[in-house]
Amino acid sequence: MTLEFLVASAIGVLVAGGIYLALRARTFQVVLGLTLFSYAVNLFLFASGRLVVDRAPIWSKDVAEYTDPLPQALVLTAIVITFGMTAFAVILSLRSFLESGSDQVDGDPCENAVRNADVETSDADEPR
Amino acid sequence: MGKRAATCCKKVTAKKEYRSQPMAVPATLSTLVVLPFVAALLIAAFGGAQRWVHSGLAAAGSAIGLALILSVAGPVIGGDILSVSAPWVPAIGLDFSLMIDPLGLMFAGLIFGIGLLVVIFGHFYLADGEATGRFFASLMLFQGAMVGIVISGNILLLLTFWELTSLSSFLLIGFWRHRADARQGARMALAITGGGGLVLIAGMLMLGIVAGSFDLMTILQSGDIVRASPLYPVILILILIGCFTKSAQFPFHFWLPHAMAAPTPVSAYLHSATMVKAGVFLLARLWPVLAGTELYTGIVTSVGLFTMLFGAWAALFRHDLKGILAYSTISQLGLLVMLLGFSIEMAAVAAVLHILNHAAFKAALFMTAGIVDHETGTRDIRRLGGLAKAMPVTALIATIAAGAMAGIPPLGGFISKEMMLYETLEISLFGLPWLVPVVATVAAALSAGYSLRYAWQLFFGRPRDPEPQAKAHDPAAGMWISPAFLAVLAVLLGLAPMLIAAPLVTAVSSAVIGRAVPEVELALWHGVNTALVMSIIAVAAGVLMLWRHGTLLRLYEGVRHLDAKHLFERGLGMMDAAVRKAIMLVHRPSLQRMLFATFAVVALVMAEGAWIGGGSLTGTREGLPASPVAIFAWLLLIAATIAVLLNERQRFRVLIYISVIGLIITLGFIHLSAPDLALTQIAVEVVTILLLLLALNLLPKTPPVLSRPSRRWRDGMLAILGGLGIGGASWAMLTRDPGQTISSFHLANSYSGGGGKNVVNVILVDFRAFDTMGEIIVLGIAGLAIYALLDTTSRGTAGERLRTWQEDMPHSPESHPVMFVMATRILLPLVLAAGLFIFLRGHNEPGGGFVAALVVAIAFMVQYLASGFDWTDSRRRIGEHFLIAAGVLLAIATGLGSLLFGANFLTSAFGYFTLPLVGELELATALLFDLGVFAVVFGAVMQTLAQLSHISQRAARAHAARSRASSAENGA
Repeated sequence: MTLEFLVASAIGVLVAGGIYLALRARTFQVVLGLTLFSYAVNLFLFASGRLVVDRAPIWSKDVAEYTDPLPQALVLTAIVITFGMTAFAVILSLRSFLESGSDQVDGDPCENAVRNADVETSDADEPR
Repeated sequence: MGKRAATCCKKVTAKKEYRSQPMAVPATLSTLVVLPFVAALLIAAFGGAQRWVHSGLAAAGSAIGLALILSVAGPVIGGDILSVSAPWVPAIGLDFSLMIDPLGLMFAGLIFGIGLLVVIFGHFYLADGEATGRFFASLMLFQGAMVGIVISGNILLLLTFWELTSLSSFLLIGFWRHRADARQGARMALAITGGGGLVLIAGMLMLGIVAGSFDLMTILQSGDIVRASPLYPVILILILIGCFTKSAQFPFHFWLPHAMAAPTPVSAYLHSATMVKAGVFLLARLWPVLAGTELYTGIVTSVGLFTMLFGAWAALFRHDLKGILAYSTISQLGLLVMLLGFSIEMAAVAAVLHILNHAAFKAALFMTAGIVDHETGTRDIRRLGGLAKAMPVTALIATIAAGAMAGIPPLGGFISKEMMLYETLEISLFGLPWLVPVVATVAAALSAGYSLRYAWQLFFGRPRDPEPQAKAHDPAAGMWISPAFLAVLAVLLGLAPMLIAAPLVTAVSSAVIGRAVPEVELALWHGVNTALVMSIIAVAAGVLMLWRHGTLLRLYEGVRHLDAKHLFERGLGMMDAAVRKAIMLVHRPSLQRMLFATFAVVALVMAEGAWIGGGSLTGTREGLPASPVAIFAWLLLIAATIAVLLNERQRFRVLIYISVIGLIITLGFIHLSAPDLALTQIAVEVVTILLLLLALNLLPKTPPVLSRPSRRWRDGMLAILGGLGIGGASWAMLTRDPGQTISSFHLANSYSGGGGKNVVNVILVDFRAFDTMGEIIVLGIAGLAIYALLDTTSRGTAGERLRTWQEDMPHSPESHPVMFVMATRILLPLVLAAGLFIFLRGHNEPGGGFVAALVVAIAFMVQYLASGFDWTDSRRRIGEHFLIAAGVLLAIATGLGSLLFGANFLTSAFGYFTLPLVGELELATALLFDLGVFAVVFGAVMQTLAQLSHISQRAARAHAARSRASSAENGA
């Protein structure tokens, strides 16, 4: 078992979980899916600097070997932006719940079906 | 094409040595174009003023324009071409280039002259309470666009003005917004002329590319190249579609009658003298380039001929005065198009003369129709009749104008009609030499018929319906002065054509043809020839048609006619439905569906890339051995992820599993040499969980199972595929060595160039500070958007739902436990000190603005949790909005500050200071930038959490009040 395998497989598992949850019908689950997905994306970005153990990105006169600081800087802002995005998604889903009384991502399923049917019939009548 | 345009540009500049011009020319030309727009702006600026202010400004603009045109008329007719040019967008060959030759001069004169008359007429025509500001402003906008078309020296500029006429005419046709027919007419006109304009753009661009320049003069001299080009048929047809739609030629004619929903002054201006003439103008303008081929003659002549016949036939049976005039305009435009299509020089001369004639009599006729409508309240010719007694002046004007349209001597229309008939004898269409003369004579007869009917049935005979006549009388002089002037012009054009028209017509014809024509001889009497005989036959037949109009009308109405408007709307509806279906095919209003499609497509693209890329998955890079602790942590992470998936109904429990994942990732960052990331991750983790907890308080906690098993399986399969794909990609990446990266540069220059030892932080606030600035702006926007979403929840349905919210969790009876409150209050200064420490050391050690802001935000958030929203909020001194704004501004100001010292945006400066007790301290401008980062992150986080806790508290309070009330009731 190498660390590379652990990280790669963890990214894969998080992505799979994120996709599955993002495809669910309730807003809260979609938010959780986003969270898992973001973990995976941040890890992946970080891993693009390759994995190193026991080296720091702090410059010093007598150190020759460093870890790659650039992916770290990118991921640092990504983590904070992830929070912004998650917060926005959460608040959006909360607001939509307060407005509609349903936490379904596509609105109330019955209502939705009716609306779709409306669209079909109005299509047929359109040429007037 | 870019390259070609660039080279053609050079050619143009090389050719730019126009003959020496007086200094006033550039100013005059620019003023001509700018003047109407300035007038429009002024009118709009004084929108609330009296009517005479609006019409006065419009009249002044038109009069000055007309005076300028007259001032240059002498030299231009004498052969000078005035031009001015300045590069505008040289990269695409677009110059701001204006040019006046005799053709442009004639049209510009018509536009300003008739514009002035229409403004005067409109001032008296519009009823009280009409939006005269909007009316005259739109009219001037249109005038400017029209003038731009006729004096553009660059075809790209011409196209710009062309589009502008379509748009401004839309405003004018739809002026009476409250009327459905006005809106529909405006929409139809825009769809047809605007659509034709798009086709024209394609044709003109190809023309410019073939000719090697977008400069009009160059194009006019490249006729041979263009006609020899294999693209010529395409160019020709595209440009002709543009001209035919604008000039209402069959089969694009139907918008014009519907545009009659516009106020009559607009019809008199747009639909007789100017806009519909734009197509004719362009045909005449490009005559030297496009005309002369069999294709051109065949298409243009037959379209013009048919339109002339069809329009005249239809006009004979309209009952609406403006309808008669609309179809007669279609017919007359057909005549002009046909003449230009002959590709004979003398036919072009006849066309030029007829343009003048038509502008004069048609504008006059529209105005008389407006007067009749204004005075009697109806435009239905079946209800009118014998008006000559009640309104003699109007009758005189209208009769003269109608006589000119019928082609009766000694009026101007007679001369141009005779010239037209004479030229038809020269042309042989489809190998039939008799076709054009016969059809043209029939059309001329029909024209005589509808013209005479207009005058006769309206003003002579006996009144058919007493009611409209009752109060009819001639209007005030202001209203008939304009058409009277035009009627006088129509008479003079017939009586003294050599005096007032010949020099202009000669010069314009030369400009159209592209070389000098001999002085044309215009006269009423040319002796007895075939054309005269045809003319006499036409007028006689016209009189016959008027006499037997009832019989013809029954004949006409016995035939079923296609309703072009109905067809147009059916077509539009069908297109609309098709587009809607196509959109519904790819874009169902369902997040689930769209996300599934997105993930599936991404998976497919990646699979395709992997398939094509080939090679082995595993690279050659040697891996690091994993310690047992690492393996254990990995197992925990996998288990927590699975737990998240399995417990989707227990939402609070899921949050615990999520935080386990976050913690393990934090540990991973520590292990993998990323202390900054670990700090940030753990802080964000805390904030995120707080946020989710607060949100969950208001959201449903245990939803019923919704998805069908089949759907779960399908999503699961896609998720596993995606996980395998991304995991595989990560594996492939991690087992290969990275290529050359720019990180070594950052490491080498961090301390010497950025003054910081923490390379990650130096990258954030110095090397890539521009990125960071963008990110804090995004974060600030997210914070403000969240505020906007939450601040309005107290209203409407959401507010109702919040007020009736049911507490569904067991709560501690003690809402603010004393121990918790005390501990957090003692902790606050300590955490603030820690935050300051993390912030200050960030440049050299792990830390920095991001982390410090999160830590401080958590400290404040804990106050909200422990002591309640009101207590904490009342002690807050600085608002979050201010923090976000100040942070962004501080970051930008820091960046701009470096500009003052001649350095690039966001370059940092630094120095070292020694303070007693603290030791060596480094101060860099990057620290100020980081302070901006701190403020934005802190502001955004606090904004989100505080707002959320605020509405939670409101809901809880409402619930408590209700339960108190109900328990009191129960107690009673």
